[in-house]
Amino acid sequence: MAKQRVAIVGIGQTYHKSHRPDVNGQELINEAVQRALADADLTISDIDAIVIGNMDHFEGINYVDCWSVDGSGGFMKPIIKLTTGGTTGSTLAIGGYHTVASGLFDRVLVIGWEKNSESDTTGAITTAFDPVWDRLVFAGAISGLAAEAQAYMAKYGATDRDGARVSVRDRKHACNNPYTQLRKEVTIDEVLDSPMLADPIHLLDVCPRTDGACAVIMAGEDVVEKITATPDWIWATANRHTYTYLGDANFGRLDSMAAASREIYDKAGIREPAKEIGVIELYQPYSFAGIMWIEDLGLAEYGKGAEFIWSGATDMDGEIPFNPSGGVIACNPIGATGLIRCAEAALQVMGKAEGRQVPDVDLALSTGFGGCFWSDILLHGRRKPDF
Amino acid sequence: MLDTEHVIIESGAARQPFNYAVGLHGSLFLQELRDNRRFMAVKCPMCKKVYIPPRRVCGACFVEMDKFVEVGPKGSIGTFTILRYAFIDPETGEKKPVPYGYGFIRLDGADTLFQHYIDIQDESKVKIGARVEPVFADERKGTIKDIRYFRIID
Repeated sequence: MAKQRVAIVGIGQTYHKSHRPDVNGQELINEAVQRALADADLTISDIDAIVIGNMDHFEGINYVDCWSVDGSGGFMKPIIKLTTGGTTGSTLAIGGYHTVASGLFDRVLVIGWEKNSESDTTGAITTAFDPVWDRLVFAGAISGLAAEAQAYMAKYGATDRDGARVSVRDRKHACNNPYTQLRKEVTIDEVLDSPMLADPIHLLDVCPRTDGACAVIMAGEDVVEKITATPDWIWATANRHTYTYLGDANFGRLDSMAAASREIYDKAGIREPAKEIGVIELYQPYSFAGIMWIEDLGLAEYGKGAEFIWSGATDMDGEIPFNPSGGVIACNPIGATGLIRCAEAALQVMGKAEGRQVPDVDLALSTGFGGCFWSDILLHGRRKPDF
Repeated sequence: MLDTEHVIIESGAARQPFNYAVGLHGSLFLQELRDNRRFMAVKCPMCKKVYIPPRRVCGACFVEMDKFVEVGPKGSIGTFTILRYAFIDPETGEKKPVPYGYGFIRLDGADTLFQHYIDIQDESKVKIGARVEPVFADERKGTIKDIRYFRIID
């Protein structure tokens, strides 16, 4: 059990772009940190500890906990690095939550970042997979996701058009977010006419590579209200991992997300997630996930995800808007991506999401996904949880 | 005026060898593949799940597995994709020849999927559930490349 409740009290992010050659990693991190401190009206001396991470091997340098100290504000402070692949950003958020909830720290700065422009993303991801059993045919994140989508489509009859509808939604939402990388609407035909990368994934179905950083300040309940009148309370966190080798995955279902979401709903007493949750920031690296995984989240029955999407329920004015930020399809600085989902959900709860604000959000959900089919979930609330 | 030319730091003609143990179960699999063209999987004594490649622990039951069972060599496509985008193969440093069929093969008798190339000469036949068989290399060395690819059985 948590020793104290925890809230997000400050958020900062960079204006994410495909290339940031004007800054090094430490300077990129510093931009997000300065904005988060300004947002919370705190100074670096108020910060008790730092949780930082990115995806190892994604730049020509590892061990961000060491070399980023001047930029992160970690000089002579406790620093913990977390790196869990695609879920790094959401793991950082959960790790930050644990650090404060333990009662050992009251003000923790959580930082995720990536400079994808300085990496060979596919080569770097490949290093996470077994050299003997996994690498012969492996082709980075897209290959596994394509196999997942094929399995789902064969079982439930979903189509390319269904996937494209999700991409159209997120790319439209992205136009409301000044921080995101790709802000251009597309049509379903444009998605379907874009180059096929790995069947059934077209270029416009999938996320870009991004340089960016995100920083979130978490505080314990005794100091939260001294910092802000509009905190984002973290109600619950959950995380599940599954397999050893890629061939072990249950392709077409995200079992880790199904299990993690049920843990969250049980903790918070949520019975009808589509009705009770106001907005979801889903770590959705490609369009087809927006159909499959909402079924695993319990928002639609198995095989009915596409129908739910086409109904408009997940659009900005729908029953449960998804990815008001534009999501991962518009912007993917990988080590920051999961933390951006958390930050964007927090902004919605705090009422600070400006042009992408969903009205009257009481509860929000943010998720993280790793290429190894594991899931992180956080539940955010406007009210302080009574458990 | 900013000079934005990239500076190249040379590494010379570098090799990057590393050691990697596949363990006793993995070694048995590769030896059987090389010597007898057989696929050896391992069965969990508790949940009875048949794992390929073989490994010592069933993660779900968290028990040791030591009962080998032969699976395949025929099977069916569990799922697949056709890789069409060009990328640098980190195993070779060279551009990977595309397109190629990336198969997750359900070998007869196995519960997990075995990854390998699938022949895509006739793409219309590459479907989930299609029957496949391995095409072995003439000279086998005890690596996963002792199978050249899986071909679809008409």
